[in-house]
Amino acid sequence: MAARTEALTTRDIVLKDLTKGARTDIKGQGFQILLLLSLLISLLFLVVLLLDIFFNALPVLQERGISDVIEKPVSSLAERAGVSQGIYGSLLLTAFVVVIAFPLGIGAAVYLEEYAADTRFNRFINVNVRNLAGVPSVVFGLLGLALFVKLFSSFTGGRTVLSAGLTLAILVLPLVIITAAEAIRAVPNSIREAGYGVGATKWEVIRSHVLPSAAPGILTGTVLSLSRAIGETAPLLMVGAVSGFFAVQADTVWDRLQSNFTALPVIVYNWARQPSEGFRELVSVAIIVLLVLTLSANAIAIVLRNRYDRKW
Amino acid sequence: MNTRTTTKGDRTTQRRVEVDASRHGGFAEKELVFEIKDLSVYYGSFKAVRDVDLVIHKSAITALIGPSGCGKTTFIRCLNRMNDLIDTARVEGEIKYHGVNLYDKKVDAVEVRRRVGMVFQKPNPFPKSIYDNISFGPKISGFKGNMDELVEQALVKAALWDEVKDRLKESAMGLSGGQQQRLCIARCVAVEPDVILMDEPCSALDPIATGRIEDLMQDIKNDYSIVIVTHNMQQAARVSDMTAFFTAEVNEEQDRRTGVLVEYDKTENIFQTPSDERTENYVTGRFG
Repeated sequence: MAARTEALTTRDIVLKDLTKGARTDIKGQGFQILLLLSLLISLLFLVVLLLDIFFNALPVLQERGISDVIEKPVSSLAERAGVSQGIYGSLLLTAFVVVIAFPLGIGAAVYLEEYAADTRFNRFINVNVRNLAGVPSVVFGLLGLALFVKLFSSFTGGRTVLSAGLTLAILVLPLVIITAAEAIRAVPNSIREAGYGVGATKWEVIRSHVLPSAAPGILTGTVLSLSRAIGETAPLLMVGAVSGFFAVQADTVWDRLQSNFTALPVIVYNWARQPSEGFRELVSVAIIVLLVLTLSANAIAIVLRNRYDRKW
Repeated sequence: MNTRTTTKGDRTTQRRVEVDASRHGGFAEKELVFEIKDLSVYYGSFKAVRDVDLVIHKSAITALIGPSGCGKTTFIRCLNRMNDLIDTARVEGEIKYHGVNLYDKKVDAVEVRRRVGMVFQKPNPFPKSIYDNISFGPKISGFKGNMDELVEQALVKAALWDEVKDRLKESAMGLSGGQQQRLCIARCVAVEPDVILMDEPCSALDPIATGRIEDLMQDIKNDYSIVIVTHNMQQAARVSDMTAFFTAEVNEEQDRRTGVLVEYDKTENIFQTPSDERTENYVTGRFG
């Protein structure tokens, strides 16, 4: 109580407290450094990986040039081997995913979010779609082997583009459903009510408002699953991607689909197992091609999404 | 003005029910849009509103007031079957709209909503251009006339035309809150409804924007019957011709609140000479 007799005014206290100099927030700064470190470490691995690949690939790139590797087919001789069939196969499989998995997945998502009543059965389905997305890809490969390669061999022709494409499509289907459903769920209910309020039917509300509003989100999700499909190796090995060299005799599109195939990740996997120095360099080139393919798929999606976003 | 044939049957059939004419004044003589009898609404087993008897007069503004949770919104959403969108919602009783029971099995909810439009609590324009916001409704109901003209008329009616006429192709999301809400009114008007339901249309707006919407309601009330839910008693007193006061009574069994209609009368009677003590307490600000 005695101290109070000096009677500090608010002005004195403010002057004393506010002019002490800036506080040094040691804990805060320490935390900030930790966060920065975790970012740098993640980046470091990526940079090291990319540099390693690039320097490994450099001799081949200087000697033959990237275009030569891209144009040549698979061969047992490292000097002559190229990834043309791999690029072709990967693009073909990607097209399968786009044509089969996207419409099916988005359709299933629209049903689950907009039509399915909130019953126990439908919740069960929802949970299991999520579980499916977590199933290892090799299991899907087994499914593809049993179902498409063996059971439907009269239709697919066995170990063919058709079997592999269908397998990959089924592999990414749960992912497409989940991401599309999330995008649809994110559309505010007020938009739906606005549609119903002017006398729209359920279908008109979904087509004109829900889907366009959800489109950017759906697109992002589908491209993520596309990237996954491009990079998958295990299921392709299961359904019998050709790892050596092969030739395709094909007159029609159907023949093409019923013929042997390989894909970029399969080529990478196969070359990486080769003992010779030449293939070790070549595998880095193949990885670069695979990376470029994946990244450009992502880039296209981002451009598409931004364009869609701006439309309204 | 347009070539649409929205009228199925005779929309202007005169229907009258017994109303206490001495208190409803001139309105008792007017045509009735809605006749609601013994209406109860449930969400699952929970009774949200019970035993509402009410008539809505043509070309009048009817305000629904009352404390939160008294079922005003639930009630108004029955008038265009918006509650159909909630799986658990169930309606008992009768809502006659120009003599047709809205909840009859033969009645198509989409047709109902084309005649009974709605403006929501928060402005909810479609994330599209201003033009597309207005044209969507007419387009889906098969309008074949001059769309530009229709859009202009709707925007003029909603007192928004001068502000947006140079940027019809721009996104509606770029408008201010008040403009967005007037756009929603224009969107509603564009389908030429018979009734416009407004669920607290000004609760997200500032007083100036609110004033504009209230003026707008007066301008269009001769063409449309308006039912408005509001928390703002001054607003009800300012704009409405008829006022219904709802309150919530505690439901002993379920320990939840069920909405009941306490009093329905001309607005001046509700605010000056209410006949129920609960109404008086509420309008004078003495409500618990």
